Parts: sequence; C-alpha cells; structure tokens
Amino acid sequence: MIIFFWISLILVSLSVVGLLIRLIKGPTVPDRVVALDAIGISLISIVALLSLIFETEFFLEIILLMSILAFIGTAAFAKFLERGEVFDRRSDR
Amino acid sequence: MTGEVIVNILTILFISLGVIFSLVTALGLVRLPDIYTRSHASSKSATLGVLGVLAGVFIYFWLAEGHFNSRLILAIVFLFITSPLSGHLIGRAAYVSGVQPAKETAHDDLKQVIAEKKRNM
Repeated sequence: MIIFFWISLILVSLSVVGLLIRLIKGPTVPDRVVALDAIGISLISIVALLSLIFETEFFLEIILLMSILAFIGTAAFAKFLERGEVFDRRSDR
Repeated sequence: MTGEVIVNILTILFISLGVIFSLVTALGLVRLPDIYTRSHASSKSATLGVLGVLAGVFIYFWLAEGHFNSRLILAIVFLFITSPLSGHLIGRAAYVSGVQPAKETAHDDLKQVIAEKKRNM
C-alpha cells in the first residue's frame, strides 16, 4: 500500500512539472495564472498523499487553508487583470 | 474477502482516478492552443483529480485507521464550489483584458454581447 502511495505522489509531482512548463512558457498573463491555480490544486493532492505516507492527520488542516488561499489568489489576479486594480468602489460590472 | 482488502481496493480506486485526472490536467495545459481551452482543462479535470485524491484519503483514514475527519469533507465541498468558479473568473478576465482566441475558434458569442452592452451604455 505504501508503494502505491509513493507512486501516486511521483505521478502528481510529474503533473506539477508539466504545469511548471506552462507557467514559465505561457505567452500571456492569464495562462500563467491558470497554471498557478492548477499548481495550487495539485499541491493539495500532494499534501493529502504525504499525510497518508507519514500516517498523520495534522497535515489535513493545511489542505483547507491552501484551498482557500488558492481561490483568493486567483480571484484577486482575475480582478486585477480585468480592471487594473484589486480594490475599487465601482459596482457596475 | 476481508474488510481490509475492500478498504484498500476503494482507496486505490479513488486515488488512481484522481492521479489520472491530475495527469490529464497537465497534458491539457501543455498541449491545448489558447487560454480559454486551457482554463477549461484546468478548471474541470483539476477539480475532479483533487476530489478523487481527497476522497481516497478520507476513505482510508475513516475505514482503515478509524478517524472520521470532517475537515476533509469541508475541503472537498469548498474545492468543488470554488475551483470551477476561479476558472470562470480568469476566463472572463482574459477576454476583457483582450487575449485573442486561437485561430481554430469557430464562433464567438461574447463579442456580440459586449458590443451591444457598450452601445447601450
């Protein structure tokens, strides 16, 4: 069982490498933001698999924290790209 | 067939599903031509991949080690809501900030809507 967990961890890390290629190469800024969001989500999988390998439950609180941070970061980037600023008082769109 | 074998089979099933979808996400982001198709790949299959891995971890901790972990259910629900939402947000931001679709794009509905809205303002 522990071998299966290690193999899964290696495969998810490989997918993170593929996302890093897009993060470095990406022609536009939204490409990079999409890749960064997907890397954050893959990191959640990596933390879950690590908590299985180390047989501890203390990492599972990090999962909730990282999912919230990934969403807030992507939402802030999207708002910045759309209007040029993160905080504003207009509410017409 | 003992209980431990069933738990192992369920865990392997869910985690394999999640890992396969994570790999499909990386493949989609590397291979697809423009930002809209890439965001499509990222928001859908990355969500399903992480949900599969988290469900497998939840089942393993619950049935093999006897810890019912409610934080994992909370994380699954939160990711299920917010991950497609962030894909939608970044796609709209890309369109508004002027990123062109790929040459293979057949039809662009949002162009007419935005032009009409600008005319009415």
